[in-house]
Amino acid sequence: MSAATTPRSTRHQLSPARRAKNLVMGGLIVLATAIVVAPLILIFAYLIREGLGAMNLDFFTKVPAPEGETGGGLANAILGSIEMLAMASILGVLVGVSGGIFLAEYPRHPLMPSIRMISDVLAGIPAIVMGLVAYGLIVLQFGFSGLAGAVALGFLMIPIVVRTTEEVLKLVPQTVREAGLALGLPKWLVTLRIVLPAAAGGIVTGVMLALARVAGEAAPLLFTAFGNSQINLDPTKPMSALPLEIYRGATSAYDENQRLAKAGALLLITLIFLTSLLARRASRRK
Amino acid sequence: MSKRTASPRQLSSGSDRVFEGLILALAAVIVLVFVLSVYQLGTESWPALQKFGLNFFTSRVWNPVTGEFGAAAMIAGTLVTSLAALAISVPLAIASALFVAEYAPKWLANPVGYLIELLAAVPSVVYGLWALFVIAPILGRWQTNYFTSPENLQTLTRCTELWNSNQTSLECFFVPSSAAGRGLALAIIILTVMILPYTASVARDVIRLVPQDQREAMYALGATKWEVISRAILPYARAGIMGGVILALGRALGETLAVAMVIGDSQDILKSIWGNASTMASVISNQFGDAQEALHRSSVVTLGLSLFFLSVVVNYVARLIIARLTPKGIQ
Repeated sequence: MSAATTPRSTRHQLSPARRAKNLVMGGLIVLATAIVVAPLILIFAYLIREGLGAMNLDFFTKVPAPEGETGGGLANAILGSIEMLAMASILGVLVGVSGGIFLAEYPRHPLMPSIRMISDVLAGIPAIVMGLVAYGLIVLQFGFSGLAGAVALGFLMIPIVVRTTEEVLKLVPQTVREAGLALGLPKWLVTLRIVLPAAAGGIVTGVMLALARVAGEAAPLLFTAFGNSQINLDPTKPMSALPLEIYRGATSAYDENQRLAKAGALLLITLIFLTSLLARRASRRK
Repeated sequence: MSKRTASPRQLSSGSDRVFEGLILALAAVIVLVFVLSVYQLGTESWPALQKFGLNFFTSRVWNPVTGEFGAAAMIAGTLVTSLAALAISVPLAIASALFVAEYAPKWLANPVGYLIELLAAVPSVVYGLWALFVIAPILGRWQTNYFTSPENLQTLTRCTELWNSNQTSLECFFVPSSAAGRGLALAIIILTVMILPYTASVARDVIRLVPQDQREAMYALGATKWEVISRAILPYARAGIMGGVILALGRALGETLAVAMVIGDSQDILKSIWGNASTMASVISNQFGDAQEALHRSSVVTLGLSLFFLSVVVNYVARLIIARLTPKGIQ
């Protein structure tokens, strides 16, 4: 060990082996990070190259052309996605925010630990399984419908909204609640009029993240909303959605369907990225 | 809910109780969803479970024509794809977490961290589309080259004979069996990419939680950066990283459409890593819609039920590990 014998005044010298190992590992870490990030950039670049050309007025206003013919768009899927996501949000926000309030504001309630655990467990259930559940609950009785698809998506949103709502509510200082109670307000008014408004920004962020997450799900819609080649706004009838059309188009043998699928994927991924970017911005400002 | 009666808050207890009841009722919907899921999947899979019993999980025959259903092939497919994807993605994910938390300057760390999080936001179908249109042709070209080059002829003949008699060997397991590009290997590749962000973001958060003292103490001993990472940071963070790994495993087990689009949907015994295969989730998405026979349908739902319980267990374990980690001398 030469380092031990050198005089104190000289700078500490690394042995070449340690220096080399340090450099090599650092290089590997940078390389691995590049490998991790590369697919995202490659996917985005590919979709822009292949999909941007197909994003014309027809894409937003027409329905897919019959198989084998050219032209058409994904208006049925865009409208279907918007409608089903809106319906899913009603379920997801109502139950999710209430669940979050329950977990954060009633921490000593005997049911609190079990509800939190079940909510956490639900977050991990594969989306396709939720599709099977919604199929059994709704489709078996009423047939394929946009409503069934929205219920499946809503089930998937619930645990995400619960978790973010709970976390945001816990960030509201206890003193704010005490100030409200000291004014003689009942607990429910304190929760609704003071705590919730204070946490509103964070809850909206959570809902947006949940929406971004389920907007791209096709698996739970396969056996519920089923898809529809025409524009349909009636929630009791089969309905199309962007991820469904992407799935069908990408696995189709026709160039035209594949082209629409790529344009649809570009639209979907752009909307999802923008949503999560906005949500992130909003949560950072706090 | 204190039982004290003299508390001034009890003055408005009437409206409070109504509100609490309302919130509890809505929160109970969460429990209802869970219970309904178990009930629904349970009753629908009952006929298959009753007919095949535990054989359902051990039999390798999945034949809708003869009405025989055993899930061993897709259970194997699910485990092989998930574990292989995990094995490739974990080192990459930890490395990227180290880059973001330890190496990169702040101006670079934030955008890179954000890009990694966006990977989790890309929908499954988009991954599937990309794998199908971009990676599959690349693999296909390599496979065609392999088939057309003369020096591989002997190996190919040998393996084809083995495969035809429903067998395989270690060598043949890595020999391509078709030139389509699609198959188990492509499913593993795309799963690897898809689960990277789950491990990476948990690992990054845990690495940031490692106390600064830990690093400084190691540097004070004259350690290099890598020595600090490998001996002070990673050992401290390993429990948390493990939680992230199990979370990613849960994702991989249930991943459906990207896998279903590229894996080739074959319920035969796995003979080559390049061959067609299926996972439990891919069979649900590929066959549930077409299943006409009640028993076929019930068998597919049984796969869903198994997946349900598998992900409940995996996620529960992951949460336990992450909860345990709460920074306190981790040994």
